[in-house]
Amino acid sequence: MLYREVGQFKTSYAADQAIFPIAQDRWFVIALLLVAFLVVPFFVTAYTANAILLPFLIFGLAALGLNILTGYCGQLSLGTGAFMGVGAYSAFKLMTAMPELNLVIVFLASGVITAGVGMLFGLPSLRIKGFYLAVATLAAQFFLVWLFYKWGWLRNYSATGQITVPPRTFFGVLMTGSSAAPAAKYLLALAMVTVLALGAKNLVRGRFGRSWMAMRDMDVAAELMGIRPLPAKLSAFGVSSFYIGVAGAMMFTLWLGAAEGGDTFGIQNSFLVLFMIIIGGLGTVLGSFLGAAFLVLMPIVLKNTMVDTLGMTAVFAKHLEYVIMGLLIIFFLILEPHGLARLWQITKEKLRLWPFPY
Amino acid sequence: MSPSEMLKSAASAAVAVLAAAGTAGAYELVIPALDFRTGPYAPNGIPFANGYADYFTMLNERDGGLCIKPGDCVKFKIVQCETEYNTQKGVECYEKTKGEPPSGGLVYQPLSTGITYQIIPKASVDKIPVFSMGYGRTSAANGAVFDWVFNLPATYWSQASALVKYIGEREGGMDKLKGKKIFLVYHNSAYGKEPIRTLQALSQKHGFEFRDIAVDHPGQEQKAVWLQIRNEKPDWVLMWGWGVMNQVAIKEAVSIRFPMDRFIGVWWSGSENDVKPAGPGAKGYLSGTFHAAGADFPAHKDILKYVYDAGKATDPAFKDRVGEVLYNRGLVAAMWTAEAMRTAMKIHNTKELKGTHVRDGFDNLDVDENRLKELGLEGFTVPVTITCANHEGPGKVAVQQWDGKAWSIVSKGYYEPDREVVGALVKEDSEQFAKENNIKPRECKS
Amino acid sequence: MLFLAETVISGLLTGVMYSLVALGFVLIFKASGVFNFAQGVMALFAGLTLAGFLTGTIPITHRINSALAMPPWLAITATVFVMIGLAILIERLVLRHLVNQEPIILFMMTLGLAYVLEGAGDLLWGSDVKVLDLGLPSGANDWLLDSFGLYVEQLEIVAAVVAAALVTALAIFFQKTRIGRALRAVADDHQAALSVGISLNTIWAIVWAAAGIVALVAGIMWGAKSGIQFSLSLIALKALPVLILGGFDSVPGAIVGGLIIGVGEKLAEVYFGPLVGGAVENWFAYMLALAFLLVRPEGLFGEKIIRRV
Repeated sequence: MLYREVGQFKTSYAADQAIFPIAQDRWFVIALLLVAFLVVPFFVTAYTANAILLPFLIFGLAALGLNILTGYCGQLSLGTGAFMGVGAYSAFKLMTAMPELNLVIVFLASGVITAGVGMLFGLPSLRIKGFYLAVATLAAQFFLVWLFYKWGWLRNYSATGQITVPPRTFFGVLMTGSSAAPAAKYLLALAMVTVLALGAKNLVRGRFGRSWMAMRDMDVAAELMGIRPLPAKLSAFGVSSFYIGVAGAMMFTLWLGAAEGGDTFGIQNSFLVLFMIIIGGLGTVLGSFLGAAFLVLMPIVLKNTMVDTLGMTAVFAKHLEYVIMGLLIIFFLILEPHGLARLWQITKEKLRLWPFPY
Repeated sequence: MSPSEMLKSAASAAVAVLAAAGTAGAYELVIPALDFRTGPYAPNGIPFANGYADYFTMLNERDGGLCIKPGDCVKFKIVQCETEYNTQKGVECYEKTKGEPPSGGLVYQPLSTGITYQIIPKASVDKIPVFSMGYGRTSAANGAVFDWVFNLPATYWSQASALVKYIGEREGGMDKLKGKKIFLVYHNSAYGKEPIRTLQALSQKHGFEFRDIAVDHPGQEQKAVWLQIRNEKPDWVLMWGWGVMNQVAIKEAVSIRFPMDRFIGVWWSGSENDVKPAGPGAKGYLSGTFHAAGADFPAHKDILKYVYDAGKATDPAFKDRVGEVLYNRGLVAAMWTAEAMRTAMKIHNTKELKGTHVRDGFDNLDVDENRLKELGLEGFTVPVTITCANHEGPGKVAVQQWDGKAWSIVSKGYYEPDREVVGALVKEDSEQFAKENNIKPRECKS
Repeated sequence: MLFLAETVISGLLTGVMYSLVALGFVLIFKASGVFNFAQGVMALFAGLTLAGFLTGTIPITHRINSALAMPPWLAITATVFVMIGLAILIERLVLRHLVNQEPIILFMMTLGLAYVLEGAGDLLWGSDVKVLDLGLPSGANDWLLDSFGLYVEQLEIVAAVVAAALVTALAIFFQKTRIGRALRAVADDHQAALSVGISLNTIWAIVWAAAGIVALVAGIMWGAKSGIQFSLSLIALKALPVLILGGFDSVPGAIVGGLIIGVGEKLAEVYFGPLVGGAVENWFAYMLALAFLLVRPEGLFGEKIIRRV
């Protein structure tokens, strides 16, 4: 009844090719963004920013990056954690070498550097496929983390082995460090994520996205159709690593503020981001964010319910949380193997008919 | 008032109403406990967390909490939050517990290096002291720069220096170190790399040969490391290990028949957990420490009586293990924290402590042997005096040995670190930090 | 020279230890095409259960009641039954509902499983280090050390013998028994196997049970080194380069891959490591596997990938 495209006529090519062709979708997204930009900032506290919103946005962006590679181009990667690290260390070097540099430029430049590294480690994908490739990207993961520890220049030879974010402002507003207002950090991260997500949405339905999907669905067939595997796969690695690098830079500058090689950028993050896109839905932009929301929020919700409301001890609740998380993952996979995004789509299709049965 | 502030005050009002309904508004001292009773490092986290919580529970049950004068006491409220030793979860725990009513988190014991580095800048903004007991940022020993961080009783750098002194003593004098080979096996992380600079400086000073060998996380497979040690036959091996790396290293050392009484671990590599899997071969293994092991102190008897026998323990199955090395480490951390709060009460003459009060309490902490005796911990640990400029305190470290059944201190007392070497390193690093972050060191009298 | 020999021998024996873990992966991948992320956690769970039975720990309370302590043979048998029960549960409750899904979905399922087992293991038996005392020999072999000055770890010799026995048993099982033939048929082609009347469900339960038992063996061998503790689940990461080098679906591949990785990483750490600051063996193992893959993308013994349009 409410969600119905009947009567929405497209009178131009531009309208037909809009990102959100259905008016209700468009309004929903606009409303969501308005709430996120204009309402949420007033309710942001240090807790909501550091424990929920920033992790959600940053992991959502990283998941989006991996989804471009895995969901759209079909190349499994387990190097995400280390690539986020490349972004973070690039941001650190850029910020300390050029203190005047605008933060957004720092983020984008870190993304570009990560894209370069990602393309380098993407080269074997021309020869290696599937789970074999996933394990091969682990070589990148372990090598890069080793390098973060080994190469003192990366952390300006600090005695502590840590990198710490220097205080930087963005158009006069303090953005980094713990004195910065949580709402400011949140808004900057949100703006970055919104722009990049819209960019991704456009990219995947354009020429690049189509060549990636062709590669994913069957690489031999795609080659026969004239898609060259080298540019297609490497561009996927590049774009994906760019997003992951930006996410890593934001993770270090806006969220954590201090980081250490394997501790912050270890393999656990590689797996976490991969889980996000599988749970959320491979090959969907929305799915990346749904998956990130699920894996960031669920443990906190479970923990707060069990510890605060039910009064369990912290450790018992934690063990139980693992069991419940595992069961939920299996439950969702059995319910809908194609992820939360697919569930959302089914809901929308049901909504179209609602409240009539046919 | 901005909308967010309005919301916050409304929320805190609501919380206050709830709290008042629940506990009739009694003031409590909130002790956030960032435990890690699960995850890869749980075996180390469990005893520490139990020792930390049990001491406060014992004070609550025996004395009615912390007393400003007899009969006028305020209870501790221990808020446990499970971090799994994971930095990101640690941040969540910090943000969640720092505003816990009624007092707010009063002091943080972050335990993991990563979490410590996260909390140091946040805590100074929120005005909550961080008590990173010997770990975390070593140069925080300079209290003029790091006014919210306390890393008593001794840093890793002091410890490295003290261990070299012990080696010198065993060799028959520091001059005998010349030409000796000392190897360091370390966890390949910021923590593991801590002692390298100090040991390099000392090797130049005393003329011993130094080499460091890294073990990658998690460290279940160390054959290559120990084959090298077997081949090069160092006179002494030091270890900066953590988690499963400790057990495997000790087992491998036993396997290649390295003399155990020439193998010294950092204080995180010297607990019952670390030596037991290696079996009887681990007998003679040494490690650094700054407190005694065992449960023969009056304070432990009180814990067993008021906490375990009264059914107040968080982990009742732990009863037989009270007095383990890491349990006692948690206990000593709690003891210094409680004493700092007691000092804070004296200074500010209030029992409704806030973070800033506790900071002042730490700044003036003085737990000498008499005080230890009063606490039922005579000879348990090294006497500590903290000043505004020196947040490390004594910096003294003893060496303990595993005799196959229990740990006991075997060194002749506690060793003073080489201030000349360590002090210079602390000064250099803290000044660099102050410069990078535009911090103006505060003036310290005396 | 002696040092080189020692390094190579240690490398080979360590490689066998890796193979023990990799075997479990291979079994499941061969029969069901599932990349079992939970294999490491299964080793941990099996080890925890065994240690619990050996000491007589009462589940959930974590109290030790030595009256309930079982002798090693009984404890091992009991643990084997637990792992078989677990396999049947997994097949009934999970696999059955995910028939014919894409490999990545099944991979994700094993991740959920890993979460459950991790939480359940801790809930039941606690997260402390548990000393595993089965009376396995450990330390240097006296005879070799005294007469040749050669250091060889006894525990690893035991592991090698066990691995050899395990592989022989698996080979006989696969080649000579009726179930083994059915297993191979399923591995070849699910639909064809179904159409000749092989029950996929039974086969999967059997494979998962076998992988569970292999996990128990791996848990015992690695647990004897470090005690049973959470980090045991991370040995899976050491098995992955072995797997890709040998091929996901080859039992001999797991063994040969293990040997190559073991020797390669030990030589790299000992001779190349000191030049660049050490701790290279983790990434070197992956780089080595990657180098092999560039030549043979399906691993040394993996089934050749044939692609048709």
